[in-house]
Amino acid sequence: MDFLTIIQVLDSTVRLATPLLLACLAGLYSERAGIFDIGLEGKMLMAAFFSAAVAAVSGSVWLGLLAGIASSLVLSGLHGLASITFRGNQLISGVAINFLAAGMTVLIAQDWFKQGGRTPSLFAGGRFEPINFPFAEALSGVPILGPIYSELLSGHSILVYLAFLAVPGTWWVLYRTRFGLRLRAVGENPAAVDTAGVSVVGLRYAAVAICGVLCGIAGAYLATALQAGFVKDMTAGRGFIALAALIFAKWRPWQAMWACLLFGLLQAIALRFQNIDLGGVVIPVQVMDALPYILTVVILAGFVGKAIPPRAGGEPYVKER
Amino acid sequence: MTLMKSLMGAAASLALTAGAALAEPALIFDLGGKFDKSFNEAAHNGASRWAEETGGKYREIELQSEAQREQALRRFAEAGSNPVITMGFAMADPLSAVAADYPDTKFVAVDVTWLDAPNVRQIGFAEHEGSYLVGMMAAMASKSGTVGFIGGMDIPLIRHFGCGYAQGAKAVNPDVNIVANMTGTTPSAWNDPVKGSELTKAQIAQGADVIYAAAGGTGVGVLQTAADEGILSIGVDSNQNHLHPGKVLTSMLKRVDVAVYDAMKAGADVETGVFTMGLAEEGVGVAMDDNNASLVSDDMKGAVETARQDIIDGKTTVVSYYENDSCPAVSF
Repeated sequence: MDFLTIIQVLDSTVRLATPLLLACLAGLYSERAGIFDIGLEGKMLMAAFFSAAVAAVSGSVWLGLLAGIASSLVLSGLHGLASITFRGNQLISGVAINFLAAGMTVLIAQDWFKQGGRTPSLFAGGRFEPINFPFAEALSGVPILGPIYSELLSGHSILVYLAFLAVPGTWWVLYRTRFGLRLRAVGENPAAVDTAGVSVVGLRYAAVAICGVLCGIAGAYLATALQAGFVKDMTAGRGFIALAALIFAKWRPWQAMWACLLFGLLQAIALRFQNIDLGGVVIPVQVMDALPYILTVVILAGFVGKAIPPRAGGEPYVKER
Repeated sequence: MTLMKSLMGAAASLALTAGAALAEPALIFDLGGKFDKSFNEAAHNGASRWAEETGGKYREIELQSEAQREQALRRFAEAGSNPVITMGFAMADPLSAVAADYPDTKFVAVDVTWLDAPNVRQIGFAEHEGSYLVGMMAAMASKSGTVGFIGGMDIPLIRHFGCGYAQGAKAVNPDVNIVANMTGTTPSAWNDPVKGSELTKAQIAQGADVIYAAAGGTGVGVLQTAADEGILSIGVDSNQNHLHPGKVLTSMLKRVDVAVYDAMKAGADVETGVFTMGLAEEGVGVAMDDNNASLVSDDMKGAVETARQDIIDGKTTVVSYYENDSCPAVSF
């Protein structure tokens, strides 16, 4: 395996990890505030559809992004309404959102574009174009560092850089701001937060809204940066892998990034090499596909330290019992 | 043309009278849904063409779950629909259970060829023959000497496609390098354009400059990325040349629409038994239109036409993957 191949695999890793990372951070905000969210998949799918549809109709990718975020926020609001205001079961609400998104996207797409549940292909202006760093071409000849700069770091869409900037951003918000402290507290012990005179409901809605925005960006990235349009069920289980990454990272932002990169790397290797021959032992591609889930199970089983979810997670807050 | 017209007219009037006297045909779409841009949509197109030409009516259902298969079959048979046309290999088991209960009803099964039922018309397609032709075109269009194949879910049917493709490419250029990948092993592999894109990029990195996608919705990502990166792609099932004009070399056509149209036209008198639609029956073929006219050289056209005739005449044999569950030209 030569150096260029490694760079190409890592480049693919970054592309594959970005939607996972955005969805994973989205789940992190929500779950840290005590709202379990297995509707990440549905929100991404809805955002993917609306970003592609609006970008196709308006010709502007930015309007598409806004529409994607807005549609994801609507689903977030629904999740919040069901699980915060009406104190419903958060898992059931999340499942419902996944089903709703899977059905509604195809239904609306068919009614709107009559292309069998797809959006028309997007052309220039309707897509996020790759950003090439200055001197990327000129420096590509430099050994080692050249390809890293021109292939790996340069040439991604703006949403990729946004996703990776969101990691230190999330760390700072959660651990260095008053809002972050309260957000974490509301996921551990909402009664204490309430006693301190801070609105539990307000904080949880804020967390769910941030989750919606990040899922919206993730969906828009899939449909308007990686692809040029929406295809039925195009998220293909990425919301669930993001949840697995979240557990793998034990609900912490930096670790979430490494988990997503690891899962992205596994996918990239599986896609590039298919069946891997390790000195006579052939590892079939299916093993690579299943590894994220296997690793998550290993973590959950407590082999590599314990993954303890936020203590108040999954429970609606009732002021007085 | 006038002969064609009068023939069509005769067929239409025949079908009209038949339709008036007999029951309406019924069409059961597979889980992919009526507008999947390929397999089921082709059936829908064939049925619509029949309805337009004859003014006849047909009943249809889009299956939503596995459990509905047998139920839909029985419902249509009870209601007197004849023939009842089903799509996809997954209808084989329900059909074998139901068909014997309605001996007077004719069933038509597309993509099923192994049932022992006297009142079922079973239609298979020689996908490997069509894929062979596009494989030849791929090898001729390739400048790098490396061509790619991206399949959807890893099932024998898709390997069947890939196997024919590889043989075609090898026939033109024995030294051609074939990179073959499958998207996944679960049904989500049919709808993962992001993975399709990454596979395309990985194959380009390995030198491929023509890539054949037999992967349903995943293929959309393959065709898109191929167009973005400036290489050629090959579509499947329906004519996908128009998706990226001038960037899609050709499409391997599987004429499900013809199969459905013919069955509906024959009505209740449809002939039963096992039928394979290959190149000779125009059940499979390559798509040539204005969108890819600039990509296809006269050499290519000539070679494809010769090979087509040779396969029909039996001078060239394309080995089917099904014969011994392996492929002589490529390993998956």
